[in-house]
Amino acid sequence: MSTPLTENEPILEVENLVKHFPVRVGVAIKRTVGHVRAVDGVSFTLNKGETLGVVGESGCGKSTLAQVLMRLEPPTSGAVRFHGEDIFTKRGKDLKALRRQIQIVLQDPYTSLNPRMTVGDIIGEPFEIHPEVAPKGARRRKVQDLLDVVGLNPDFINRYPHQFSGGQRQRIGIARALALRPEVIICDEPVSALDVSIQAQVMNLLGDLQRDFGLSYIFIAHDLSVVRHLSDRVAVMYLGKVVEIGTEDEIYTRPSHPYTQALLSAVPVPDPAVRLGRKRIRLTGDVPSPVNPPSGCRFRTRCWKATDLCADEEPALEVRSGGHPSACHHAEEQYLLPT
Amino acid sequence: MGLSTNEPLLEVDDLYVEFHTRDGVATVLNGVSYSVGAGETLAVLGESGSGKSVTANTVMGILPMPPGRITKGAIRYRGEELLTAADERRRELRGENIAMIFQDALSALNPVYTIGFQIGEQLRTRRGMSKKDAEKRAVELLDQVGIPGAKQRVRSHPHEFSGGMRQRAMIAMSLALDPDVLIADEPTTALDVTVQAQIMDLLKDIQVERNMGLILITHDLGVVAEVADRIAVMYAGRIVENADVHALYANPCHPYTRALLESIPRLDSKGTQLRAIKGLPPNLTNIPSGCPFHPRCPMAVDRCRAVDPPLEALPGGRSSACLFAEELVRP
Repeated sequence: MSTPLTENEPILEVENLVKHFPVRVGVAIKRTVGHVRAVDGVSFTLNKGETLGVVGESGCGKSTLAQVLMRLEPPTSGAVRFHGEDIFTKRGKDLKALRRQIQIVLQDPYTSLNPRMTVGDIIGEPFEIHPEVAPKGARRRKVQDLLDVVGLNPDFINRYPHQFSGGQRQRIGIARALALRPEVIICDEPVSALDVSIQAQVMNLLGDLQRDFGLSYIFIAHDLSVVRHLSDRVAVMYLGKVVEIGTEDEIYTRPSHPYTQALLSAVPVPDPAVRLGRKRIRLTGDVPSPVNPPSGCRFRTRCWKATDLCADEEPALEVRSGGHPSACHHAEEQYLLPT
Repeated sequence: MGLSTNEPLLEVDDLYVEFHTRDGVATVLNGVSYSVGAGETLAVLGESGSGKSVTANTVMGILPMPPGRITKGAIRYRGEELLTAADERRRELRGENIAMIFQDALSALNPVYTIGFQIGEQLRTRRGMSKKDAEKRAVELLDQVGIPGAKQRVRSHPHEFSGGMRQRAMIAMSLALDPDVLIADEPTTALDVTVQAQIMDLLKDIQVERNMGLILITHDLGVVAEVADRIAVMYAGRIVENADVHALYANPCHPYTRALLESIPRLDSKGTQLRAIKGLPPNLTNIPSGCPFHPRCPMAVDRCRAVDPPLEALPGGRSSACLFAEELVRP
């Protein structure tokens, strides 16, 4: 695909997206005792050809977000527009066409590939559902092209997943996501299961593919260094909410939300010379339960800046001091990393 | 920093371990040597399959045999040879002198017993403490590792704890018998960053307080840089480089260490392209001839295919297993 990229043209708009899961108790007669507020009012836009990084700790809702965007889970409320059209109202043929455009790469390359299918069948399966992309006769050729694109030997087409290493399997997962030439790929922790020396190979591949095919990525990960490397813009999530969003530079060099600051200061930097000069923000306690999040600002129970205002009023995600939106009443830009 | 000049507490000396598998004999350890002194933190850094955990399990005497087999080498605790020691003696040392914590605290803890019961178990069987006293001591230990409300929490079961608290409970358990060597096998890998930082701080504090020797096994170059005094880098069952933490990061003297440092994305800078290491770690049933890193090494020459370079000392109290090590040293 060689469609010229138009910068800053929104391809995916997410507006006030909410996904609650009911908590049910009882054996025969179930009753709902509460809701896990996995995603609780998330808004952002993804522009064409850009990578939006989504970071947060486990349980912050980043993977649920991916599932709702893929339409694997229906939302509780809110809207997601792809090229200006709501994705949740689509049915039948329209929905099928949409599914071609948004694909996903999953975290664990050991469980996301069917061990009884050959690599050729795994990568070629999308063509069964969308024969218009590759007519039957041309499929083998197409699959071999895809293997080549992701840096695998096209002769491996008849091998099974167990004959590949973790990094190679992740390449197979990427080839499968690319098969239908989507515009958006959601990468849900694509490198976290891989060894250090292999991570770089897969990250470079993702970068190359984005350039070659004009892809837009939503890159979900818990590793802040990995996210910084690949992202143009970054959204930081905490307990189902985006607490801060901005360009990669804004989030990493001058974060304004206390949670982002704590998160960044907790990441070990691979340079022993830095360890003494670095300011460490120690967070106490654990993330509260998403079933019963704190009133007002959800981070206030672990925040050193919290005041009465934080308990009473939920801070909106908006530009306060500095140049990018931050959901904190006391937002203040801080320079944390040595440069 | 915290380096002791006296005798090492624990010494691993030229250790060889094989695994007999269906695909043949895998040489998992190929002459591994390291030592740790009181108050010292040694980080053993390596990717999966490099042998870092196998070395630790052999030290603890918990390597499954078969399939494992120790073919050569020695492990000494305060000069006492462990591999030839009687099972009885090794059991005595385990927990009492050398303790270990594991990556996945949930599967390392027994789900049907309370946390307090599990911490107290060693105190009851080893120290002959009464149930009541053991629980009292467990409360103190939980308090020391920073678990709030230890008095009530001691009666909790593992599933009632969060990941970070479980790892704290594991640390409390390892400290019960006052060991002087603690082996931590990827203690924070399963945890979130903010919790990871808490646990690493705790380990560091405890180590300093008790003047323990700490062996930290990890694949995370960031964690290592924050806490280690010395680093042993492992690849394909051998130590390829051993150096002081500052020297290693400032001037890596083995091409593998160098490539590893260049291949990771960094929080404090944004590059365009990462310098990935080509290829894959070797299959241990079929390790390449000569230097095991040569198929992936940017510096490899013909001689690297033939000669397996030993770990040789370099100026500055460090060593590297590379034919070109001396050329890599920057003055």
